[in-house]
Amino acid sequence: MDFIQISVVLVVLLLLAIPTGRYLARAFSLENTRLDRAFGGVEKVIYKWSGIRIADMTWKQYATAVLVSNITMVAIAYLLLRLQGMLPGNPSGVAAMDPLLSFNTAVSFLTNTNLQHYSGESGLSYLSQMMVIIYLMFTTPATGIAVVMAFMRGLTGQRSIGNYYVDLVRAHTRVLLPLAVVVTLLLVAQGVPQTMEPTATATTLSGAEQQIARGPVASLVSIKHLGTNGGGFFGVNSAHPFENPTPLTNVLEILSMFLIPASLPFAFGFMTKSRKQGWIIFGAMSLMFLVFLGIAYGSEINGNPALERAGLSQAVGSMEGKEVRFGIAQSALFTAVTTAATTGTVNNMHDTLTPLGGLVPLGEMMLNCVFGGDGVGTVNILMYAILAVFIAGLMVGRTPEFLGRKIEGKEMKLIAIAILAHPLIILAPTAIALASEMGTAGISNPGFHGISQVLYEFTSSAANNGSGFEGLGDNTPFWNISTGLVMLFGRYVSIIAMLAVAGSLLAKTPVPETMGTLRTDNGVFLVILIATVVIVGALTFLPVLALGPVAEWLTIR
Amino acid sequence: MSRTRTVAFPKDLYQRAFVEALKKLDPRVMIKNPVMFVVEVGFVVTLLLTILPDLFGGASDRGYNGIVSLILFVTILFANFAEALAEGRGKAQAESLKKTKQDTKARKLAKDGSIQMVSSTELRKGDLVIVEAGELIPSDGEIVEGVASVDESAITGESAPVIKEAGGDFSSVTGGTRVVSDRIRVRVTTDPGESFLDRMISLVEGAKRQKTPNEIALNTLLVSLTLIFLIVCTTLQPIASYVNAAIPIATLVALLVCLIPTTIGGLLSAIGIAGMDRVTQFNVIAMSGKAVEASGDINTIILDKTGTITHGNRMAAEFVPVGNSKADALNRAAAQSSILDETPEGRSIVELAKKQGLAASELELPGAEGVEFRAETRMSGTNLANGTQIRKGAVDAIKTYVKELGGRIPADLDEKANRIATAGGTPLAVVEGNVILGLIYLKDTVKPGMRERFEELRRMGIRTVMCTGDNPLTAATIAREAGVDDFVAEAKPEDKIALIRKEQAAGKLVAMTGDGTNDAPALAQADVGLAMNSGTVAAKEAANMVDLDSDPTKIIEVVAIGKQLLMTRGALTTFSIANDVAKYFAIIPAMFMLAIPQMNALNIMGLATPQSAILSALIFNAIIIPILIPLAMKGVKYSPMSATKLLSRNLVIYGLGGILVPFVGIKLIDLVLVGLNLV
Repeated sequence: MDFIQISVVLVVLLLLAIPTGRYLARAFSLENTRLDRAFGGVEKVIYKWSGIRIADMTWKQYATAVLVSNITMVAIAYLLLRLQGMLPGNPSGVAAMDPLLSFNTAVSFLTNTNLQHYSGESGLSYLSQMMVIIYLMFTTPATGIAVVMAFMRGLTGQRSIGNYYVDLVRAHTRVLLPLAVVVTLLLVAQGVPQTMEPTATATTLSGAEQQIARGPVASLVSIKHLGTNGGGFFGVNSAHPFENPTPLTNVLEILSMFLIPASLPFAFGFMTKSRKQGWIIFGAMSLMFLVFLGIAYGSEINGNPALERAGLSQAVGSMEGKEVRFGIAQSALFTAVTTAATTGTVNNMHDTLTPLGGLVPLGEMMLNCVFGGDGVGTVNILMYAILAVFIAGLMVGRTPEFLGRKIEGKEMKLIAIAILAHPLIILAPTAIALASEMGTAGISNPGFHGISQVLYEFTSSAANNGSGFEGLGDNTPFWNISTGLVMLFGRYVSIIAMLAVAGSLLAKTPVPETMGTLRTDNGVFLVILIATVVIVGALTFLPVLALGPVAEWLTIR
Repeated sequence: MSRTRTVAFPKDLYQRAFVEALKKLDPRVMIKNPVMFVVEVGFVVTLLLTILPDLFGGASDRGYNGIVSLILFVTILFANFAEALAEGRGKAQAESLKKTKQDTKARKLAKDGSIQMVSSTELRKGDLVIVEAGELIPSDGEIVEGVASVDESAITGESAPVIKEAGGDFSSVTGGTRVVSDRIRVRVTTDPGESFLDRMISLVEGAKRQKTPNEIALNTLLVSLTLIFLIVCTTLQPIASYVNAAIPIATLVALLVCLIPTTIGGLLSAIGIAGMDRVTQFNVIAMSGKAVEASGDINTIILDKTGTITHGNRMAAEFVPVGNSKADALNRAAAQSSILDETPEGRSIVELAKKQGLAASELELPGAEGVEFRAETRMSGTNLANGTQIRKGAVDAIKTYVKELGGRIPADLDEKANRIATAGGTPLAVVEGNVILGLIYLKDTVKPGMRERFEELRRMGIRTVMCTGDNPLTAATIAREAGVDDFVAEAKPEDKIALIRKEQAAGKLVAMTGDGTNDAPALAQADVGLAMNSGTVAAKEAANMVDLDSDPTKIIEVVAIGKQLLMTRGALTTFSIANDVAKYFAIIPAMFMLAIPQMNALNIMGLATPQSAILSALIFNAIIIPILIPLAMKGVKYSPMSATKLLSRNLVIYGLGGILVPFVGIKLIDLVLVGLNLV
């Protein structure tokens, strides 16, 4: 039954991803398409009002535009959070957010991380929920989509890497807004609230008075998933019955967050004019995902031996921290998907996952390319593809080339920066946190699990995931500043480096493909790609994983 | 096809490499190889800990620190040894070349025409010298007067002398070679220290060796992997301390050294040097490692027809009778007309006739006299003792000749001659008395084995283009016969350079061979230009490789060597990185086993103790370098096949092998350590 549940979701995902991939390739085409007729009118108005000139950009102009627009966004968000107490749209009378938490929150939503060191229902006004949270929830995945499109244009040798502002607008008009409207309506139909009324007051059966938080939930939840954002309206996120009331909404949310990351490889296939190329990238991501999902499910269904010894039945698996309405299968699937797509929304508490079950989200975020967040996940796997070509490509007796472009010193330097940054911003702060009082003070469960808690927080920040192991007391200056910085580096270092790679590749004369060329659209390359991700990406984290989840698993067995 | 030059290695090659390896321990030298430099720093740290076990606070096991330190030292030594050994072979070769470079006396021709005896080191560019039979040519130069046969064995190893003459493409001579006959006047073209021999010596010595672009890119990757593992290891200590699983410094250093790509880091420069060395052993001098690397990437090879694809002289392929003459009569007459003709053409006619069953007795013609080919008559032949005149020659010349003698022109002559011409051959008519017996079909023959080689190149994804001055019909025929992919007929020198530019504009890398001065611009334009040593100085200077044997087909071998070099680099990188999997499984449980006994569950190799596990991994890491030195020197096996097949094969050997071999190796070393009671 569990198997069928999971398979159905994944098959539906595949059926949706292929046409969406084709749609994305067309929606962001540099050529004129029929879509221009459908959306062109609205877009022209936007270009006109905002003074956007539609001209091709160099990679430097593109990267500058990304940074300038993102700095503007984070400034707006920060100011709104600081001033929310005085602004309208605040029926529940929420006070201003303190400076460091505001910094952390603004950065968190800017970077598509959505790490929440505040609790949604009590920390934010409705205006902040809409003008900061929902606003950034649209613009940051749009930024991610723009970047991946620019990157793929560079790799596939299009006319140019495009225009950032045009891509940003199109990501809204052609992808995120239409999809968000559809998903919002489906969620409302399932009972997710969408209201501007303040907190409701109810009298419980025992006669006590209870405050029930509500608000414009459905609109936030839809883009939360579609944009691989993850920040919940409520503190407990998609475990809350108003965010995720039924198994059907659970499936809808899973599909929403996987849709764009899973369709981008197909879009890549269409852009390279080799569908097989898209399938190989998708295949590598899927295989890695299935292994992770298998571990998560297997570990959770087998229950927690420590609880079993304490006399708690583990017959249906480890249900601690999980919602009964979802059960093991939908919880494990949700966990595997939310960290694969680096969304960070949760429908169960990751802190209470069994040790190996908790290893899965950590592992997926460490790789950061098992589908990954909107746009950036595909950028990352393509970066690994270039790396794979560089290492293994020499074995065919030619200097390495990917899609007809030589991979040389310059690209390797840029890729080196990106592959260095990820372990550095995870491991260094983890080491600092664990060695200092500031860091260890927040740990609720010392020992190996404490390592997992700290590691999870920084991994989630670096991968721009945003889910928390929770359990960690993280609204302190130390955590707000450290995770804030990690999120910023986690997002922009690789984005800029990869845009530079795209620019550099685009400038090269393409090399014609011959019998002697390494093919990147067959099974052999699939194996090389996965091996590269595992050996370069994963082995780095093996020692620290051994001390965290693995040690915990071995000691409670 | 080509001989390989065997260099007599001095007996102390290994000994010398060992001394060099020690010299390379100098940190100022080591820093050029960042991966091994990190190992050296680790060595110093563990050495200090051996002397002062409580240097970094807390007691540590002095004996263990000492052993780790020793293994690290040996690891560095192995890597240095690999490089020194590769360099040593070049040095040995250079030494054998230096022996040819002796100070000679030269007869310098002064402006007033008098001859002075000077030392060869005093010669400057533009000086004129006279060299006579038996003398060494004092410097590189060009013959301005005379013809001589020159023994170039000092440079090429080829003992048969070659003919050099003033003017044309065979005028250049190399210093250090010996004039065997005649007397020549030579204009010196280089100053002392810049001669071909000097350049060759410095090239094989590796003095000017620069890292190639791919090597630099690979180095970037290796450095970044090293940095990643440096981050992993330095952050591990505080994280482990949090759960009271502090790790001894020596173990941490051991983990670091095992994880960083020391195998490829130690062998990378040896692979590059050995690649150039392999080219040298093929008697080709590559001016830079870059050129060798580029030859692996070649997409198109441009080959001259004459001398490269074909023998360059036309051979008889068939006898075609005309009119009502008999085949036997034509055979006999054709052979008899050529019996005194010593040109390759003439000999091939006699041979063909014999092959077709002509009795040897028919060719014993006492008293016959030969008539040589003359430009006016355009025919040659034999006057037999009985007065019969047999002639062969161009069809229209023979027609005029026969008409003069009152003979008849067979009706099918023109048609058959045209058919031969259309097929790309040359028809020669044979006439006995005034009767035209038939035609000899002469054609340019493709060298044996060329077809197979082009087929091989196609499998490697390389296109071959033939350049020829012939008309399109002839060119097409040869192209079809040789199996080249494309051809350019009626090609002028500037067509060649245009062709190269066109290919390069399409992103292709082009290789070509050439020897003439008019080839020089094209040789310079090509990504890989292989000049013939017999060619002009200009050609040799424009090219980035020179073939000492002057065998134009050798470009194909050079391409294979380039591919082999890149493959070796990729294979050992893959192997080195794949090794990490097993090393992790050896070291991680060992590292934490004291603090967390349950970690033994990860000890899937069943290594005896934590110490033996760490030492085994470290020892494996060290000895794999010398084990792989022969592979780095010889290069991985290369046979032409499609990239996908090649990749699958190498992936299984070096990728899968790289994962599995260390599991076995580490376990074996562990067993030995336990067996010898060392741990």
